[in-house]
Amino acid sequence: MSLWRQLTRGIRNLVHRDAADRDVADEVQHYVDEATTAGIARGLSPGAARRAAQLEVGNVTAVREAVRTYGWENLVGTTLADIRYATRRLTNSPGFTVVAVVTLALGIGASAAIFSTVNPILFAALPYPQADRVVMMSDIGAANSPVDVTFGTYVEVAARAHSFSELAVANAWQPALTGSGEAEPERLQGQQVSAEYFRTLGIRPAVGRDFQAAEDVPGGPRVAIVSERLARRRAGDSHLVGQSVVLDGDPYTVIGVMPASFENVLAPTADVWAPLQYNRTASFQTREWGHHLRMVGRLKSGVTLDQARREVAAVGRSQLAEFARPPWANLAGGMLITSLQAAMARDVKPVLLAIVGGVLLLLAIASVNVINLLLARGALRRGEIAVRTALGAGRSRLVRQVLTESVVLAFLGGAIGVLLAQAGVRALVLLAPAGLPRLGAIRLDGAVVIFALVLVTAIGMLVGLIPSLQVARGDPAAGLQHGSRRTAGRHHATRGVLVVTEIALALVLLTGAGLLWRSIHRLFGVAPGFDASNVLSMQVDASGHRYGPDSARYQFFQQAGDAVRRVPGVTAAAFTSQLPLSGDFETYGVQFEAHPDPTPDDAPAAFRYVVTPGYFQAMRIPLRRGRFFDARDDRNAPEAVIINESYARRVFGDRDPIGQRVRAGPEIGSTARPWDVIVGVVGDVKQASLAVGQQDAFYVPIGQWWWVDNVQSLVVRTSVDAKSLAPAVRNAIWSVDRQPITRVATMDDLLARSEAPRHFALVVFEAFALAALMLAAVGIYGILSGSVTERTREIGVRSALGASRGNILALVVRQGMMLTGMGVAIGLAGAVAASRAVATLLFGVSRFDPLTYGAVVAVLVGVSGVACWLPAWRAAKVDPVITLRAE
Amino acid sequence: MDDANTDLIQGTLDMLILKTLSLGPLHGFGIARRIEQISRGVFKVNPGSLLTAFQRLERAGWLDAEWRETENSRRAKFYSLTRPGRRQLERETADWMRRVGAVTRLLKAEG
Repeated sequence: MSLWRQLTRGIRNLVHRDAADRDVADEVQHYVDEATTAGIARGLSPGAARRAAQLEVGNVTAVREAVRTYGWENLVGTTLADIRYATRRLTNSPGFTVVAVVTLALGIGASAAIFSTVNPILFAALPYPQADRVVMMSDIGAANSPVDVTFGTYVEVAARAHSFSELAVANAWQPALTGSGEAEPERLQGQQVSAEYFRTLGIRPAVGRDFQAAEDVPGGPRVAIVSERLARRRAGDSHLVGQSVVLDGDPYTVIGVMPASFENVLAPTADVWAPLQYNRTASFQTREWGHHLRMVGRLKSGVTLDQARREVAAVGRSQLAEFARPPWANLAGGMLITSLQAAMARDVKPVLLAIVGGVLLLLAIASVNVINLLLARGALRRGEIAVRTALGAGRSRLVRQVLTESVVLAFLGGAIGVLLAQAGVRALVLLAPAGLPRLGAIRLDGAVVIFALVLVTAIGMLVGLIPSLQVARGDPAAGLQHGSRRTAGRHHATRGVLVVTEIALALVLLTGAGLLWRSIHRLFGVAPGFDASNVLSMQVDASGHRYGPDSARYQFFQQAGDAVRRVPGVTAAAFTSQLPLSGDFETYGVQFEAHPDPTPDDAPAAFRYVVTPGYFQAMRIPLRRGRFFDARDDRNAPEAVIINESYARRVFGDRDPIGQRVRAGPEIGSTARPWDVIVGVVGDVKQASLAVGQQDAFYVPIGQWWWVDNVQSLVVRTSVDAKSLAPAVRNAIWSVDRQPITRVATMDDLLARSEAPRHFALVVFEAFALAALMLAAVGIYGILSGSVTERTREIGVRSALGASRGNILALVVRQGMMLTGMGVAIGLAGAVAASRAVATLLFGVSRFDPLTYGAVVAVLVGVSGVACWLPAWRAAKVDPVITLRAE
Repeated sequence: MDDANTDLIQGTLDMLILKTLSLGPLHGFGIARRIEQISRGVFKVNPGSLLTAFQRLERAGWLDAEWRETENSRRAKFYSLTRPGRRQLERETADWMRRVGAVTRLLKAEG
């Protein structure tokens, strides 16, 4: 009751301030009137009665004040007054305000944007129930890198390990969806999954039902679960359940629709799922024993990651007769088991952490700048504060007032910063590489706003504390005697620390950004091994029943190639089973006759390219020895293989590889398999990324490979703008047959896309570096020029005493440079330490790259030099008499 | 009035106001006068403290305030005791009596 009264009365007084004031005034007045009346009644004259009444009440204003200071709303009142005062002061010095607010906004905006981006990827739990129990399991590859698992391994671990309540595997799947009628065939993203997949993630279909174990057997029913996205697109609602869709030419019954909120972190774009239907007792030669599945598990409650790892390792060490294992999936070292979240973030973690580090540095620089600005202001206010102290203002009241100004600044900066962050997040999502996990979950959320607010308040307090303490410490007498100029010396220590800090911070950030910037330029300078200009590529899908036999598919690709070559503007066209820098990644084992027993390390799998003749010419991959494929290399001819240059050199040394015999692909260990012959050697081509060194490859003509791949990439060299020919080329293919065509892109695009993660880091770092450079330059200039300006009087005295302008300049610049030198020394140490954080992102540049360090130091020293020299020069130029008289 | 002992004992003003109002609604000046009269001039109420105390007591919910005409037809802010205010007065009175009794006993024992 009384609390309610406190609140309502307080608010009423706040809202009706004038009424409340009048109320008190009236009450006091009434008291005086009654006292006067009582006096007259006692027989005093009206004048005497009034005087007596006033004597009794005392100072009416003081009484009013005393009554009015009661209540919490009064604290609000003074705070509001403080805020009004601070706002007025800030609007009176717009230059200071704008610089401070922009500086803070940059710092806060950048940190909030980065925090928004990083939070869902690195810190927030995945959107699954008990997400911390969902783990990713992989085989162990070279240097402990994760490798996709085989179905055989999955079957054994699922049968023998007891740490998991569910285990599931998933296979990337891109079925062609053919609609009824003449709708364009569409290539869907999807997954073939073991029946436990959705149960492992802990998400059930919103409509319909989940897969059952009985459906996940070879030859099982064709059933599918679709995403809410696809259901809405195809049927307008969720009534797709029970209907039939045609995938890769087969009718599938839709049994379920996932909820709209379902986030499938393993394949974010997947729209359709079907049971894997693999054979649990398949022989080693089948796909069941190929490393191509992603395996996820859900830990039983109470089981830790370590326990699971130990149990799976123990399973790996003890082999049972009923679970045979091939050498390439022997489980000997156990499996890599990490939380699904860690596995998702694995690739991007170094980039993100580097960015987080960068943004923290930026924030630190921004704060140092604002501290300096407020310090300088504190110095200017010394006289005013002294007057107010002398008039009786309490120290705590003064500190509160100065703090209010800082907090108002910080909130202004924070508000603009949050707007900046919103724009920044949008830009980051647009810029982000496709591989960035949980892209859809990145948004400026409440947590970030709270983060920004806490940050802002902390900065406001921190930044305000130093000047207000300085103010409170000041002796009003000294302040009154003389503004601030004679006490400037006391600031020197603080300023010196600020200069050194600012330069050191800027140096760390700028070297990091510089190293990355140099890396990306090195990287884009790397030749991909083919001529990417004027090449159009697209994926053509000839799966489905119409192309049951290989011969039909072979014929389709032949005819499609011929049709494309007839398009005006096309100079060459060819098909390949995998396309460089497109994200395709398919390797097969290779066995050379010259090295009958290759150790696994010595002969890792090589990229397989099954190509139509003319592929090398279309891509302009240079021939080093021997010959290209041509029409001779058909099904009846001896099987021909081309390998790449560095591979040939490593295997054969100085010997001529032409004519050497080799087995590549399936059944390479089998003596029953005839040898193929190397007919040519071509230049190295980058497959995975420009930065990845592995480029061992073998090329086989399409007519001689074991099968004709369903999905092939068309490469078209054009004499006109490659992109403009895309519709004509597509129509040429569709003139043969209307098959799904996807991933239409120029090779230039693919090249840029393959470097997107690095490019992303680069753009972000360039933005940081630019902001940091600006902030550091403004800050260093502000701090140094401020300290020089404070010495104007000293400079005047010196020149009055006969110091030449050169002397004075040398003195001032030398002192500034000493501080700069200290900052550079500390910054260099910090930069060397920090460079370890970006080391994994660097390419072709040492983390101690002298050029980067040199350039950054030169820039910072240059800025400091100008910042010292300019104000000193200005001060020395002025007639000393004027300077001295100005006091 | 002599100057000695005219200040209120710390913390008793609230109780005295409540007690005074328990006899009926009254305005500030009336309350001050009545306290002086009943205490036979021992206590002299400072108007500033009195008006501030009204704010506090009203916020606490022990008083209600209302602008009304006085008998000499001035507008005045009349305070009246609320039900919680009456209970508070009983509590404070009991408390006060207990203390006074204790202090009296102590003084008598000492003497």
